[in-house]
Amino acid sequence: MDWGALHTILGGVNKHSTSIGKIWLTVLFIFRIMILVVAAEKVWGDEQDDFVCNTLQPGCKNVCYDHFFPISHIRLWALQLIFVSTPALLVAMHVAYWRHEKKRQVRKGDQKCDFKDIEEIKKQRFHIEGSLWWTYTSSIFFRLIFEAVFMYAFYFMYDGFRMPRLMKCNAWPCPNTVDCFVSRPTEKTVFTIFMIAVSSICILLNVAELCYLLTKFFLRRSKKAGNSKKQPNHENKEETKQNEMNELISDSCQNTVIGFSS
Amino acid sequence: MDWGTLQDVLGGVNKHSTSIGKIWLTVLFIFRIMILVVAAERVWGDEQQDFVCNTLQPGCKNVCYDHFFPISHIRLWALQLIFVSTPALLVAMHVAYTRHEKKRRFRNGEKIDIQELKNEKFHIRGPLWWTYTSSIFFRIVFEAVFMYVFYYMYDGYQMPRLVKCSAWPCPNTVDCFVSRPTEKTTFTIFMLAVSGICMMLNLAELCYLVIKICMKESRKTT
Repeated sequence: MDWGALHTILGGVNKHSTSIGKIWLTVLFIFRIMILVVAAEKVWGDEQDDFVCNTLQPGCKNVCYDHFFPISHIRLWALQLIFVSTPALLVAMHVAYWRHEKKRQVRKGDQKCDFKDIEEIKKQRFHIEGSLWWTYTSSIFFRLIFEAVFMYAFYFMYDGFRMPRLMKCNAWPCPNTVDCFVSRPTEKTVFTIFMIAVSSICILLNVAELCYLLTKFFLRRSKKAGNSKKQPNHENKEETKQNEMNELISDSCQNTVIGFSS
Repeated sequence: MDWGTLQDVLGGVNKHSTSIGKIWLTVLFIFRIMILVVAAERVWGDEQQDFVCNTLQPGCKNVCYDHFFPISHIRLWALQLIFVSTPALLVAMHVAYTRHEKKRRFRNGEKIDIQELKNEKFHIRGPLWWTYTSSIFFRIVFEAVFMYVFYYMYDGYQMPRLVKCSAWPCPNTVDCFVSRPTEKTTFTIFMLAVSGICMMLNLAELCYLVIKICMKESRKTT
């Protein structure tokens, strides 16, 4: 179970996302997870080995390292990425529940043969309407909350986003005050700022997606209010036609963009 | 999530590239990413452990290492490769959007074959031409920026054997010795040369696309 597995899980969600959601997912995987794995983990790899204190007192280095780095940046980023990715699973669960309901209806024979095959139900792409809209919007809201909370946690824990070269430590058993030197502080500062910048871009994408969904919702409501006076049967015919089209078309959009397996 | 995943992502884009674009992608994966992973990462693997300073002063080595190597070559190359690869995703998104539009037209009643739509190779014309050309332009800009950053940060492309450090807490001036300087210089020059080749391929592709469009325009007018 590693980042590749998360990639597989979220790939399925991608199919039901908006375009902004797909861009967000790309940014998440390429500019955050990939940078974390191929670059940042190596920068922080020797963080305790090369954390040096100007003392011969045994235990002083351990205690000072623990005092200044309660949770390593790498672990915080890993937690942030997992928390930020998981609201998308709410959407996946909702879609799975709908699919299950449709299969149940087909087996019972309630639904007329709009779906010729159970297989095609699996490939159907659901539009973000009705209760799915609420689930999707809540997932984006939670993503925003988690991003903001983690950015604040970073800021609070490390007094800003800069890694100092020198830390003065006087925790027991260190004698008086001891100078401790951090490993690769400039490189760490650069990567911290980079990850913060990409987090901010992700927050902006989420805000944009939220605005887009709200706008779509209000436009749809105003259209319905206008149409409801005309043909009451019109909507049912539209829905049936939509279902038939969805049945015939399996969405290969995400395969082109990201190459997620369907 | 590693370089293999990037290869999967960019593999899809390859279908819609020109021949020069396909060569560029091959050079990128074989001569840059693969070299980085199988060779360069090991050369730089012990860069801080084997960076030795002629002093017993605790902390001096850390500070001197940080002063002379603000960002390691390996990380700069990883960032360069990621930034240089991502403009291709603009093309992938444009193709996905075009496909989506065609499906929408199918739903509205126009006759299009679904299977063919999935496998269709879009020719680089119209708005796709602009997207493709912008992606090449951004690639060239990113390559140039990173090559300049390397030059500026390390005062050239040669790794010195000895660096003289006088940052606090080092007493006076201290001699510090870099690990594997010759091997690092060799790989730096190699990666620079391949970057240069990639830039030339991108320029050639840009010229090819511009000439193609000019010729098409002149055929239309005659």
